[in-house]
Amino acid sequence: MQNAGATLSTRVRFKRPLRHQASFELDVDFQVGPGITILFGASGAGKSTLLDCIAGLLKPRDARITLGQKTLQDSTAGIFLSPQERNIAYLFQAPALFPHMTVEQNAGYGLARAAGPERRAAVFYLLELFRVAHLARRKPGEISGGEAQRVALARALAPFPRAVLLDEPLKGLDAELKSSVVNDLRAWNRVNRLPILYVTHQRDEVDALGERVIALDHGRVVSEGVPHTVLNAPRTKRLARVAGFENYLTVAVQELREADGIMRARLTGSGAELELPLGYAAVGDRVIVAIRAGDILLATLRPTGLSARNILEGTIDSVEVRGATVVCRVNAGAMFLVHVTPGALRALEIAAGKRVWLVIKTHSCQLVEE
Amino acid sequence: MQALWLSVRLAASAAAILLLIGIPIAYWLARTKWRGKFLLESVVALPLVLPPTVLGFFLLVAMGANGPIGKLWVALFGHTLAFTFLGLVVASVLYSLPFAVQPLVAAFESVDTRLLDAAAVLGAGRWRTFREIILPLSVPGVITAAVLSFTHTLGEFGVVLMVGGNIPGITRTVSIDIYDHVQSLEYGAADRLAIALLLISFAVLSTIYAVNRRVWIPWPVKRGE
Repeated sequence: MQNAGATLSTRVRFKRPLRHQASFELDVDFQVGPGITILFGASGAGKSTLLDCIAGLLKPRDARITLGQKTLQDSTAGIFLSPQERNIAYLFQAPALFPHMTVEQNAGYGLARAAGPERRAAVFYLLELFRVAHLARRKPGEISGGEAQRVALARALAPFPRAVLLDEPLKGLDAELKSSVVNDLRAWNRVNRLPILYVTHQRDEVDALGERVIALDHGRVVSEGVPHTVLNAPRTKRLARVAGFENYLTVAVQELREADGIMRARLTGSGAELELPLGYAAVGDRVIVAIRAGDILLATLRPTGLSARNILEGTIDSVEVRGATVVCRVNAGAMFLVHVTPGALRALEIAAGKRVWLVIKTHSCQLVEE
Repeated sequence: MQALWLSVRLAASAAAILLLIGIPIAYWLARTKWRGKFLLESVVALPLVLPPTVLGFFLLVAMGANGPIGKLWVALFGHTLAFTFLGLVVASVLYSLPFAVQPLVAAFESVDTRLLDAAAVLGAGRWRTFREIILPLSVPGVITAAVLSFTHTLGEFGVVLMVGGNIPGITRTVSIDIYDHVQSLEYGAADRLAIALLLISFAVLSTIYAVNRRVWIPWPVKRGE
């Protein structure tokens, strides 16, 4: 394929004064190589705006965007390619299929210059890849939402793009369909080797897809790396929420032990103390600690002989079964959410009012910014 | 019946011309981000609020032998534009302009902008996007514009009287003919023509509302923020 393996390089500074909301600012600088890179962040973090800038639908005042050797925008040199000239596939959150055209006409829309038979071949290859070829003669109003999104994907990929932007493309699809579309997309890209920028705020998609993750918050890149690292070390509270951290505790730093790499802090509003990994904080500072509900152990006897440094005594406030997960609310100086399995619930005879101990490893505690 | 046929010819010509000039104006109004666009919107809407005699008077002065358009016309063709069928067509186009432009603007604006974005990233330029996406999705608006400008022109009186006078077969439209009959107390003839006009208007409008199912309000549709 043409120019396979190109790198999408994006530096964008964009400020949008919003009339009814606080002004929004985007300030990012990153590279996307061939393969799937996840752009991860809470809604409102600026992901869709960033994709619009890369596609050329928005014109940021200060930006330099290149794709391989091609400069898409360089504000200092006064270069700005229109969306038509960029040759970037862009799939929006909504399928945005043309309602008056058939599925086949939609999928072939970007191939207007190709000869009839060629276009037909390219279109049907993709419609078959995404398992919607049987719908070719239908109109968008006659197919399901999941089918429409797959047709939109085929339409976006048909014109031999050089990079792919996907804005939550699997929103609203069921889990099984999701994984089949993801596999098909991967198979397509094994041949094409294009940089794919994939926006999502779903943690399961990050785990399933990502070779690399860029976490965006408040218009800035807050961390970058393999999914495991980025998801387990969110830097802000908003990002921690989407990364699946349920507990947020405000603590006051009591003591720094730099030699041990830890600090001790007291939960506000109670006497309970926690040992935390050393962070940028001074004695007396108030910091926020994020802890996953699944990272907290629950014991019905006071545990001894454990390496975990934080053992808090408390009582069960309530128990709620949600499918395979049991959510326990535990009052231990502050209210903690703890996830256990239904089996553990029965074996430990956990019920409201029962006295328990929470066991939390120092490194399960993640310091986050507000 | 001569008057009725003249009115139908006039209305059809005006509607055809209005579509030709109304579509570009409406497209521009629907897409522009120019701050001063309210000025053009106001100009387009003026015939809605202006008394037809006022509009007709201005047109008569402009088209007359001493008016700017009239002088030019005399120089080119040797006669004035006023008191001719063509003069009536020009006047009707201005008179019915809001009835063509406003439904078109509403239709163009209601096309989802994400569809236009999708067309752009797929490589379609403005013209192709307009031809293949915006226009086909605006067909109800185009039909509404054509029908409203046709029926509105069919029933005009004040503007025609000012600009066209009352020349049988050339400028005597059905509404003027009715007025004439009433003036000379020929109520029977007036009655027949009035009923014919009513039936034509009703038939055209009911066809359009049956096909369209979308009621249009003769004021600009409020746009979402």
